[in-house]
Amino acid sequence: MSSDAIAIRVADAGGRTWVESLHDWITTVDHKRLGILYILYALLFLVIGGLEALVIRIQLIRPHNDFVSPQVFNRMFTMHGTTMIFFVIMPVMFGFANYLVPLMIGARDMAFPRLNAFSFWLTAFGGFLLYFSFLGGSGLYGAGSAPDVGWWAYAPLTSRAFSPGHSADYWTIAVLVSGFGSIGTATNIIATIFSMRCPGMTLGRMPLMGWMSMVMSGLVLISISPLTAAQVMLIVDRYLGGHFFDTQAGGSAALWMHFFWIFGHPEVYILVIPAFAFASEIIPVFSRKPIFGYPVMVAATVGIGFISMSVWAHHMFTIGMNSASNTFFVLTTMAIAVPTGIKIFNWLGTMWGGKIQFKTPMLFCVAFLFQFLIAGLTGIMLGAAPFNWQLSGSYFVIAHFHYVIVGSILFCIFGAVYYWYPKMTGRMLNESLGKLHFWLFVIGFHLTFDLMHIPGLLGMPRRIYTYEPGRGWEIWNLLVTIGTFLQAIAILMFLANLVVSYLKGAEAGNDPWDAWTLEWSASSPPPVYNFAAIPTVESRRPLWDRKHPEDPDSRYD
Amino acid sequence: MSNATLSMAQEPGAWKLPYRGKVGMACLIIAESAIFTIFVVAYLYYAGRSLSGPTPREVLETPIFFTICLLSSSLTIHFAEKFLERGSRGAFLGLWLLTFILGGLFLFGTAQEWHRLIYEHGLTISTNLFGTTYYSLVGLHAFHVTVGLIMLGIVFLFGLAGRVGAEQSARVGVLSMYWHFVDAVWVVVFTVVYIVGR
Repeated sequence: MSSDAIAIRVADAGGRTWVESLHDWITTVDHKRLGILYILYALLFLVIGGLEALVIRIQLIRPHNDFVSPQVFNRMFTMHGTTMIFFVIMPVMFGFANYLVPLMIGARDMAFPRLNAFSFWLTAFGGFLLYFSFLGGSGLYGAGSAPDVGWWAYAPLTSRAFSPGHSADYWTIAVLVSGFGSIGTATNIIATIFSMRCPGMTLGRMPLMGWMSMVMSGLVLISISPLTAAQVMLIVDRYLGGHFFDTQAGGSAALWMHFFWIFGHPEVYILVIPAFAFASEIIPVFSRKPIFGYPVMVAATVGIGFISMSVWAHHMFTIGMNSASNTFFVLTTMAIAVPTGIKIFNWLGTMWGGKIQFKTPMLFCVAFLFQFLIAGLTGIMLGAAPFNWQLSGSYFVIAHFHYVIVGSILFCIFGAVYYWYPKMTGRMLNESLGKLHFWLFVIGFHLTFDLMHIPGLLGMPRRIYTYEPGRGWEIWNLLVTIGTFLQAIAILMFLANLVVSYLKGAEAGNDPWDAWTLEWSASSPPPVYNFAAIPTVESRRPLWDRKHPEDPDSRYD
Repeated sequence: MSNATLSMAQEPGAWKLPYRGKVGMACLIIAESAIFTIFVVAYLYYAGRSLSGPTPREVLETPIFFTICLLSSSLTIHFAEKFLERGSRGAFLGLWLLTFILGGLFLFGTAQEWHRLIYEHGLTISTNLFGTTYYSLVGLHAFHVTVGLIMLGIVFLFGLAGRVGAEQSARVGVLSMYWHFVDAVWVVVFTVVYIVGR
């Protein structure tokens, strides 16, 4: 067995030209390479989406600014939202799930490797198609333009009358295509978890990353599909003269809202549950304690999955639903705070009494705990219908959900990159650059998004391209924009760290964090086949058992 | 007896997990069900809201015969699968062909209905809300039948070439799951379009 392994490694290393290795990467069906491709692709779009955010913020830095035209401003916020949701956070989450789930459950690959590659390329080409709209949005005549309908693309903005040319079609088809990719990957993750676990890896012993990837994938199946259906309806309306969302022929604009948010709210949990997974892997290792309340954690995740599917219309309180619907959606929205609160207490319980090591991954996770709590609290405020009537469509909402998406999800993603980068590359990320990245990003984040609540409370609506002076919004907008630049600098340092450490970082070895899950038993980076011999597992912390044969976890199961 | 099973359970070979093809198809079916649910909701929400004719009551005729064809194809594919498991290839191929023909008949029925609606009643997808929702819901289902028929056809050709035996029965079972799903969806579509929606 071991001589085979050596033979394969030698063949791998044997002088390949860059064309050959490029060909290897493009045609790969290996889950680790596809995972890295997903993550690199997401980083590319993170930079693009970030630049769009900078354009938005520069335009709003002072009243009556004319950095960009109103038309360009509309395109920027549409592309920023669509990019960040569909082409940054979802791919990065799929990337980590792809890379880690097979390693964590002791499998040699995903259940369907070719479907995996197919799904990645669907997502990738979806993103490129969206950005091709800058060239092809108006068709063959005139200059191109990107979609400008907002990332919700509410009807009737998307109808032919209001979106002539092809920009809305690029948006629809890009999202549709990447949606097929997401469904493929979700199918793959679930099949991998059900059918590929190594002997002894029962569902109750699976790392929480496995459980949470499974719940995330289930939500993808149930909630991306309605978006797919709605996009098909939109295409029927735009190309075949259908009337789904055509109010002139009896169609309903509110139905699009419902279909969009039936996707849109579970989507938030599709993005945040993998972030929970990263926190649940990182916090125990850097607290030197096993996760507190594993079964409750699993139950809370599944609970969030179920409840998240019945809260969508809290995005629509202002369209005028009846009071029974309003009450229902207020109550379900409040109910979701219960399992989420359980999780926060479990993470705190894990840290309580542990020997906490504040390495960079842990710093990001601790910041996540604080910020996620605040994001949840403003979420409860916005979940109350009367409060929502006052502040819906204001910068308060923007501040709230950026607290979720940046303050919680992006922080966990950074933590995960610092934590698993050694496994993926064999090199440690530079710790002092990492700490600098962390502090700069925390300061920038709080400057931007804490203060952004205030113009919202003062009545500043979202999606306006400029505003009148003298409303008390100027200073807040100025500070918010300054914070954005701090975050941009922090992200540049992060990217520099990725490159520099890849070339010059310290050797990581198999298990730099003294962790307990199976991926740390493979070499860094792991060989193509992951494990020379399929491991057998007897507890939730197989590597603890191996390192401490005198006191294995399996004794207490 | 009990000793034997105990020692078996401790060997690594006793670690049994579900077949990945079945799990994958189950996932696809969940996702597809969500897509169909949205189209069904749209159909029901817009039922009776068209601003102009023709209405479902005026033009729709219940396709009893073709429905029987499609539903009975679920039976034939089930028995085809069972015969394949037992290794009787001839019976498998015969029943498989029958399934294909029944599915093809159903598709012919849909085509006939659409032809009648378009040329006799002037109902197209852009005529009114009924046209939009009807053609997209029934069309989505017919699309799934078409995909199923293509896959059934491929398996049949492989079968004729003698490449489908008992060892492929698990894979054939995955396709048969899909076909059962397409049939079950028709029950919902039939109820919604021809019973509730009129």
